[in-house]
Amino acid sequence: MDIHEYQAKEILAEYGVKIAGGGLAYNPEEAVQRAREIDGNTFVVKAQIHSGARGKAGGIKVCKNHDEVKVAAEELLDKKLITHQTGPAGKICSRVYIETETTFTKEFYLCFLIDRSSECVVMIGSAQGGMEIEQLAKTNPKAIKKVYIEPAVGLQDFQAREMAFLFGLEGPQLIHAIKTIKGCYRALRDLDANMLEINPLVIANNGDLIALDAKMSFDENALFRHHRIAELRDKTQVDPRETGASEHGLSYVGLDGDIGCIINGAGLAMATMDMIKLAGGEPANFLDVGGGASAERTERAFRLVLADKNVKVILVNIFAGINRCDWIAEGVVHAVKNIDMKIPLVVRLSGTNAELGRQIINESGLPIITANTLAEAAEKAVYARNQMIEQKPRGL
Amino acid sequence: MAILINEQTRIIVQGFTGKIGTFHAQEMLNYGSNIVGGVTPGKGGQQHLNLPIFNTVKEAVQVTGAEASIIFVPPAFAADSIMEAADAGIKYCVAITDGIPTQDMMTVKNFLRCFHKNERMLLTGPNCAGTISPGRAMLGIMPGHIYLQGNVGIIGRSGTLGYEAADQMKILNIGISTSVGIGGDPIIGSSHRDILERFESDPETKVILMIGEIGGSQEVEAGIFFKNHSSKPLVAYIAGLTAPEGRRMGHAGAIISSASESAAEKIAALKDLGVTICQNPAAMGRTVGEALIKCG
Repeated sequence: MDIHEYQAKEILAEYGVKIAGGGLAYNPEEAVQRAREIDGNTFVVKAQIHSGARGKAGGIKVCKNHDEVKVAAEELLDKKLITHQTGPAGKICSRVYIETETTFTKEFYLCFLIDRSSECVVMIGSAQGGMEIEQLAKTNPKAIKKVYIEPAVGLQDFQAREMAFLFGLEGPQLIHAIKTIKGCYRALRDLDANMLEINPLVIANNGDLIALDAKMSFDENALFRHHRIAELRDKTQVDPRETGASEHGLSYVGLDGDIGCIINGAGLAMATMDMIKLAGGEPANFLDVGGGASAERTERAFRLVLADKNVKVILVNIFAGINRCDWIAEGVVHAVKNIDMKIPLVVRLSGTNAELGRQIINESGLPIITANTLAEAAEKAVYARNQMIEQKPRGL
Repeated sequence: MAILINEQTRIIVQGFTGKIGTFHAQEMLNYGSNIVGGVTPGKGGQQHLNLPIFNTVKEAVQVTGAEASIIFVPPAFAADSIMEAADAGIKYCVAITDGIPTQDMMTVKNFLRCFHKNERMLLTGPNCAGTISPGRAMLGIMPGHIYLQGNVGIIGRSGTLGYEAADQMKILNIGISTSVGIGGDPIIGSSHRDILERFESDPETKVILMIGEIGGSQEVEAGIFFKNHSSKPLVAYIAGLTAPEGRRMGHAGAIISSASESAAEKIAALKDLGVTICQNPAAMGRTVGEALIKCG
């Protein structure tokens, strides 16, 4: 689960990381009020969306007075911001963060993440901050340092020093950098974060070490023990279909194709999507209905897939292990009747009681196309999709 | 022979008396697995499914001589149960639980590394369908009837996609020595490579099918082991050609974080390592069949 910059900064401040003075606003008047409350003569109005690269997309505006703050907030609030990380759909900006502008002499990159192959926390840093780390990894990989932290032992002082020296710091700044680095590590560990990134971490003109931007992402599986973090979830930043799906135990990811998919199991879902592609089609979504696909859940899955107006045909592929194909078939028949579906449906059932399941579908009198194998299911779905395209133009 | 489990393996169920634990314990008993008891703290001394319940794994091991365990404990407590099993001297543990926090799994892996290699419990999962040696024993939640006994080893991250493979093989009359679900989480007990190594030393296994997916680098690591150490044909299918970058596809671990974690990149790397690639998920059974014919 991702959170906003201002939320990450609030958390980091509690762990001893220094941040610029700032405040949150939901409307332009509040933005001006926040600017009045904080020190300084120049302000930065920052769009709060779950994406990096906001600056390039016009999401960060430097303002010289309170009037400019108001104009900047008006320009950003309730608008969609499109960055290269959000995709063409963009993300809605419903809050802005107003900060004192920090002028600085140096900028660094600092990040902590859970590394799955070493099963450790890895600290990544560079004395060349401000740019995207992926870009730096391509142009100057030697400028990036990685330090592996054994979780049972935790971050050691020498490891923090190593990074602070990479930044070229000395004296009080070195001590402050070590404190910052250790604070970040503790925040990641205490709160079950998967990722914590400060880019850039800067040396301000007054010599302070300040986190100018901050990004944190948390382990969904651990939110049960961090209620305060769970409350930071901003549903406006996630595809509403995905949020709706997860509330009902379904796992959904919207894609660009037009063949809707309803499948049990993540691996089988990905394989079915691959099969659609191999057969010459494009999947409209990933959807895992999980185990024990009940009639209610099946109907919800149909409604979710049909909410995507691009969908020309639906492919259901269920491998019944613990549950039984006849139960699933009944659920499908029930859902199709309830929803009054107008587009073709291809159903492939296998596993326990597959024959019985197919029989129920065939005897339902509904125009459902059945398939015996994965390949046949994908081919029939692509064929039905092509027929639909020939018959009527999009949108009808 | 098969690997990891057979008809003699003495098994305990952790989270024995819960709804899910009860259902699957019964299914495993029906299949013929040698379940000798279960653990539910606080219910020790009682009976469940005509088997003894113990308060601790240690006690269960002392009384029953259990060697293997299967975990149905809820996510918040599952890591603790895995470590309890390791501490009690269980040799092989399958963790079915889905949703264990990643940092809990880091702690589990750290704990396991404290044991000497010869005394270290082998863990598969979490978030997996378990392990089956067809005709001998089932330590999982899979439908046992779709697996024929034979000479192919299967390693997979996904449950239902593994069933799909077993089903395709059954239609072609191809049997399985052992099928191991390693789980869909970012940090798991055993990798593709770890299980491949076990199959390599199993005389009964002639061909190995690796069912991978996007995310992480473990399929390629298994491919490197295959190139350097393996004498048996390895067939691989990698799911997720159509998966977009940066999106989690159901499994917590199925996310492309860097280019090398995509299906296309993994397939290219495995091809270079001499692994037989199955591009089409509907052809897993057929590709394995061809590999079996080639090796006689």
